[in-house]
Amino acid sequence: MTKSYLDHTAATPLLPEVREAMMPYLGDIFGNPQSLHDWGDGAREALEAAREQVAGLIGARADEVVFTGSGTESNNLAVKGLALAQQGKGKHVVVSAIEHFSVLHSARTLAKWGFEVSEVPVDRHGMVDPDDVRRILRDDTVLVSVMHANGEVGTIQPVKEIAAITGDRKIPFHTDAVATAGTLPVDVIALGVDALSLAANQFYGPKGVGALWVRKGVRIIPLLDGGIQEGGRRAGTENVPAIAGMGKAAELARQHMAERINRLVPLRDRLLKELAARIGHVVVTGHPGNRLPGHASVCVEFIEGEAMLMLLNGKGIAVSSGSACTSRALKASHVLIAMGLPHEIAQGSVLFTLGIENTDRDIDYLLEAMPPIVDRLRQMSPLYDKFMKASRGGN
Amino acid sequence: MPVYSDKVMEHFTNPRNVGEIEDADGIGEEGNPVCGDMMTFYIKVKDDRLEDVKFKTFGCGAAIAVSSMVSEMAKGKTLEEALKITPQLVADQLEGLPKNKFHCSNLGAQALHKAIQDYLSKHKKGGNDHGK
Repeated sequence: MTKSYLDHTAATPLLPEVREAMMPYLGDIFGNPQSLHDWGDGAREALEAAREQVAGLIGARADEVVFTGSGTESNNLAVKGLALAQQGKGKHVVVSAIEHFSVLHSARTLAKWGFEVSEVPVDRHGMVDPDDVRRILRDDTVLVSVMHANGEVGTIQPVKEIAAITGDRKIPFHTDAVATAGTLPVDVIALGVDALSLAANQFYGPKGVGALWVRKGVRIIPLLDGGIQEGGRRAGTENVPAIAGMGKAAELARQHMAERINRLVPLRDRLLKELAARIGHVVVTGHPGNRLPGHASVCVEFIEGEAMLMLLNGKGIAVSSGSACTSRALKASHVLIAMGLPHEIAQGSVLFTLGIENTDRDIDYLLEAMPPIVDRLRQMSPLYDKFMKASRGGN
Repeated sequence: MPVYSDKVMEHFTNPRNVGEIEDADGIGEEGNPVCGDMMTFYIKVKDDRLEDVKFKTFGCGAAIAVSSMVSEMAKGKTLEEALKITPQLVADQLEGLPKNKFHCSNLGAQALHKAIQDYLSKHKKGGNDHGK
């Protein structure tokens, strides 16, 4: 059966070169990087080489990069760690309404610990207005966290403009760049941020490894107590194979970024244009132009996302959805709701995220397989029925 | 894939009795799009029996499978029997539903009952109209 994997925001395939780079550390070079003997040296060299590679990807100094266990951990460390370090100055924290749960729920935990949290809204394209951030800042604001791009709707945020505002006020600014680092050019100095999260499995590296960049001089309280790994900012024996893989993936992402973007953008644009033309009543979610290269998110009206996802899977096509039914909590995506989409539209959410192994053939196959699925579910839908009767009655 | 039983997957991929009855004797709607699922049941009644049952459903795989199963269970039953179909019985016939979907997606029995109530309220006003 033809197969098309179009869910790269969930996971990317591991590049063969990355796997190769990891293998020695799953084999002979098994030492603990903290050990003082030769076995330790081999592992430590891998760790520090990877740190250079990851720093190179984001224009940072290697000693400012902290390896973590995931993008989620990076976001937890940033939000809680930066706020806790500043709590002598104030207890007000600002996040956007469409942050990943690892930021939003960290902020919620801070609220339980006595912080006050303000959420900045977004417009219908999922975009934060820097002026809204400016207006929400207070004298006791000690942290602002706004993501670089949203993984659900693809919108790229005006991080540089927000950083200019927080910079003037000397308020630490963290950005969750999990969706962008390794995909789009990210330069921490040009962005002007103070902390930035990234994750290897978004750019063809392994799962279970992420990094947090923290500008030198910015204080952060560690979440894990233990040894002095990662400069005392993240205790625990380092996941050397995964870190080596992240390093290699970062190096490759940096080398091939322009060609990857140039391949993905036309595929994405073709998918969005032709899908809407073929099935009709499709709402493109996220910003029309300012979005991630391989990111096509839509809501298909009158039908529900999980049903589409399962029928597409039956055809060998992998996608994801922000519908209530696809979430464990049975809640529609907070991102789509924050953008002002009505619940019944949000229910039709389908997310196609393309990767470097996708070609026009994947798009051809999707465009062939999806319309009959949509048609079948619409024939079953009372909402479509009502719509059709109303539009007939109106003529 | 969600953790659905084979029976749920089978009914989801090949739902029975999808559609609308143009001159339905009763129509019942349940759910709302906010929680994700909406079901409309149409019934045709003859001699106190459900001669035909059809449905339209907006919702996830479980909601579609539930609707299909309810329509199959109800068809041919007397109104009294059909009113005894419960969400639990439907879930049992489907070899179980995921816990989080039990309440949200398992609205088929209620929608069917509403269709029956609709029929009864229309047809019981003038007394027994079985001879009609």
